[in-house]
Amino acid sequence: MSFEPKIVGFLCNWCSYAGADLAGVSRLKCAPNVFTIRTMCSGGLNPSFILKALEAGADGVLICGCSPGDCHYREGNYKALRRITLLKKTLGQLGIEQERIQLHWVCASCGDGFVNVVNKITAEIKELGPLRAGGQGVVV
Amino acid sequence: MEEAKIGVYVCHCGTNIAGTVDVEEVAKYAASLPHVVVSRHYPYTCSDPGQDLIKNDIKQLGINRVVVASCSPRLHEKTFQGVLRDAGLNPYLFQMANIREHCSWIHEPGPQVTEKAKRMVRAAVNRVSHHEPLEIRGVPIFPATLVVGGGIAGMQAALEIANSNHMVYLVEREPSIGGHMAQFDKTFPTLDCAACILTPRMTEVARHPFIRILTYSEVVEFSGYVGNFRVKIRRKPRYVDEGKCIGCLVCQEKCPWTALSEFDAGTSKRKAIYTPFAQAVPNIPVIDTEHCVYFLKGTCRACEKFCDAKAINFEQGELIFELDIGNIIVATGFDTFDAASIPQYGYGHYPNVFTSLEFERLCSPTGPTEGHIILADGRQPESVAIVHCVGSRDKNYHEYCSRVCCMYALKYAHLLKEKTNADVYQMYIDMRCFGKGYEEFYERIQKENVNFVRGKVAKVTDEAISEEEKGKLIVLVEDTLLGSMLRVPVDMVILCIALEARKDAEEVGRLFRLGRSADGFFLERHPKLDPVATMSEGILIAGCCQGPKDIPDTVAQASAAAARALAMIARGKIEVPAITASIDETKCSGCQICNLLCPFGAIFFDDDAKVSRINQVLCQGCGVCAAACPSDAITHNYFTTEEITAEIEGVLA
Repeated sequence: MSFEPKIVGFLCNWCSYAGADLAGVSRLKCAPNVFTIRTMCSGGLNPSFILKALEAGADGVLICGCSPGDCHYREGNYKALRRITLLKKTLGQLGIEQERIQLHWVCASCGDGFVNVVNKITAEIKELGPLRAGGQGVVV
Repeated sequence: MEEAKIGVYVCHCGTNIAGTVDVEEVAKYAASLPHVVVSRHYPYTCSDPGQDLIKNDIKQLGINRVVVASCSPRLHEKTFQGVLRDAGLNPYLFQMANIREHCSWIHEPGPQVTEKAKRMVRAAVNRVSHHEPLEIRGVPIFPATLVVGGGIAGMQAALEIANSNHMVYLVEREPSIGGHMAQFDKTFPTLDCAACILTPRMTEVARHPFIRILTYSEVVEFSGYVGNFRVKIRRKPRYVDEGKCIGCLVCQEKCPWTALSEFDAGTSKRKAIYTPFAQAVPNIPVIDTEHCVYFLKGTCRACEKFCDAKAINFEQGELIFELDIGNIIVATGFDTFDAASIPQYGYGHYPNVFTSLEFERLCSPTGPTEGHIILADGRQPESVAIVHCVGSRDKNYHEYCSRVCCMYALKYAHLLKEKTNADVYQMYIDMRCFGKGYEEFYERIQKENVNFVRGKVAKVTDEAISEEEKGKLIVLVEDTLLGSMLRVPVDMVILCIALEARKDAEEVGRLFRLGRSADGFFLERHPKLDPVATMSEGILIAGCCQGPKDIPDTVAQASAAAARALAMIARGKIEVPAITASIDETKCSGCQICNLLCPFGAIFFDDDAKVSRINQVLCQGCGVCAAACPSDAITHNYFTTEEITAEIEGVLA
């Protein structure tokens, strides 16, 4: 049985969630490993939610926000960029690989962009293996 | 909090979900989850009987939380929240699981799709048991509307609203309203003259007691939220006192300095003090400081000398003022494709290669040739090639179809036949004549002895290889119906250039918080069901800024946008979503980090109590403050730590 990672995907309501919706409406196909959770803004995502996801069994966390300059709340995505960069450094010191936490910009018309991001993080985390020794991810 | 009693409704969405997800199994699984009292699956949950199902369960089974597993909350969250409200439940005791867009549609079929749907439903059930009722507040709105762009779309929208006796501010950055339509000669398919139908409209707008035209002005700042926007407008100096000018235009006559006329698409000269065209509204000139010698060298002042009304004011400064606005209609129009970026068509190199907009001015009785179609040397053309899809339907430039070119190309053929009786060649990829009366017009032009060549033009050159080609422009095209290459010698080439998004669409989009689609035009909320609204509440779009369209479609969309704005004006207030942040003052340490982070200035520090407070009307609910609070004192309503944690645990457990 191959390792299928479990990934939590936090999508901002205005751009990225709409971009993911567009991917679905356009019947594009992507790996089923990312579970989407809607947030209002990537800048409103408490970094502790990312830690919570890792603690609760996720092998990786994807965060998607509006493209630079396009934030519905003006600059929340820049705030997310700063926080997540810091969080990744901290997690790196704890031995958690940087690739497990990924921040990407997915705009409301970026259906293909969303699919690419999902496939990228899934493939990279598959390569890394489970976050925990003996972790199985989702068994499919 | 009362004990959660949850109802779960798994939607088939016809076969959209049920075709790949085993909805029965998902519903059965949901029934086994904690606090779930009832779990059903139904073909179309959003239909009336589907909604009644939920209402009845709320009333008869006493459920107090609802989960619907169906499509995207962006589509039907409001629908189902309305169901809860109708049944007497707070609409925020609801959660959707998006098992269509994010599950059944986006994954290859297989058992993993059903498994994923189950996890998504479990996450929603986990989450909803933490939901608390939230208060929906009614906030009064400003009744005035701001229309950005004074073309036919902006004018139509402004008139529709103003006719209901509500104030409209119409902002136009050019010296006159009118937009592109004022530049056109005839309009297809009826061939009525554009000026004859447009200029009365312009006057109507100017005279309307409920419309205030702000020309030569731009929106520079924009803040607030739906119903309660504040815009800052900058009026550029005309250097002509609007109160004194009587529009005699003696200044224009006497001005010795010239520049290329923007209105005539560069085919003629205008003066340094000018009105863009004779029927300009308002009929008040502006001084172009880049070409006025007084501004360049400090001499001349001829206009001032000849102005009896003493209206010239070289000291005039820009004017900045603010307006309170309820709704905004963005109708900023389009730019035309730069034909010089396809060098093989010879635009800018051969003087007899014209763009469609230049040809439009050549045909117009108010244009540089007073409507005579002539070549650069003054001769009448004996043969003309009309090249379709220049920059449109071309993966190197714009993939989309510009929608109007086939029709105006047919119109050109008619005008050429009528005025010059030249041989006309239409070089087209496909003829797209889709509107009312359009196919009939196409039929009519075919009977007017016009040549149709189906093929994309490769090149326009003056390199003759025969006597007959000497002194001509030769159009190289593959006739795909004959299956052969043609060399067509002509006197004149007209390039049907693409309509494209405004060059500053990105900045304008940012200013008004509008998204853009891949083609660069502003993004509508829904491509079919909501083509005038945007993702930003209270900001509507109309006309070509949303995508290329002809005049009838533009006018229809502008009226639709006006209707949408009027609906809100008639209600007089809006319901502000309850998704805001609030501060637990007993936890707040007064560090003020949140004060600086808030993009809307909604958080202020109470110096007496030494705590921060959030203005619930200004708060837009992004949650940036809650995510940053080191004391965990801020709650982001509807996205609380408990709710998100429950959702995370739900998908991962």
